[in-house]
Amino acid sequence: MKNVLNVEARGDREIVITRTFAAPRRLVFEAYSKPELVRQWLLGPPDWAMPVCQIDFRVGGRYRYVWRHANGNEMGMGGVYREIVAPERIVATETFDQPWYPGEAVGTVALTEQGGKTMLTQTIVYESQEARDLVIKSPMEHGLAASYDRLEILANSLDVPSVTK
Amino acid sequence: MKPSGYESSERLDATFAALADPTRRAILARLASGEASVMELAKPFRISQPAISKHLRVLERAGLISRGRDAQRRPRRLEAQPLAEASSWLEHYRQFWGKRFQRLDALLEGMKASEKKARRGQR
Repeated sequence: MKNVLNVEARGDREIVITRTFAAPRRLVFEAYSKPELVRQWLLGPPDWAMPVCQIDFRVGGRYRYVWRHANGNEMGMGGVYREIVAPERIVATETFDQPWYPGEAVGTVALTEQGGKTMLTQTIVYESQEARDLVIKSPMEHGLAASYDRLEILANSLDVPSVTK
Repeated sequence: MKPSGYESSERLDATFAALADPTRRAILARLASGEASVMELAKPFRISQPAISKHLRVLERAGLISRGRDAQRRPRRLEAQPLAEASSWLEHYRQFWGKRFQRLDALLEGMKASEKKARRGQR
């Protein structure tokens, strides 16, 4: 089974990520719930470290993550656990310190296992379509302006096949 | 007119399928400098107008071009949003999570190896 990552928007408020892992789901569940494990993989783009990774893993408990760029900029987020069913389901709220989308989102991690492999479905539901669309359209590293710059370069560099005059 | 359904991966597939043809890319390049009628778009190519229309339908279905309101000419115009979405979507969000999950793969391998070692130690 190939470990293909699928990311897509669903409806008007959701983003759904699916991925398969070559491990039993209790290990994947552990990797999502223990802070010393989470900080080994839940990293940002290159040059971002994760100085804060706190998890109080119980319903009503809080988690907090902070990523820091080599240049000192920080991005923090956190939330509260709403549902925990080991080893198959985690539901928690998600809010960023500097809100780059309005409102609060709710994230669900669902794990199913077959033949020793785990299928992960990670769903994030935003408060509004506008919030979800901002996430999709705003690259993590650059502003929206950068995507339009790239569009211009693309439009200008489009190959023109042999053309009759 | 707001493009519909841009958020699904189907839409991205349609965008890239539309871009995979050099004639269609040339049509988009022409439209990047302003709207044009089917006749105007067909002029530079050695293919028939129906063939051009076929390409235009593919581009329209992908939401990359739209039709103007002029009843006579129905000029086509470029819709920039799907291309911008394709570049921002693919380059960032997917890459971002792709890298994270690769690290998770490595971590899980380590966890499995540790468990094996521990089990052997218990015999």
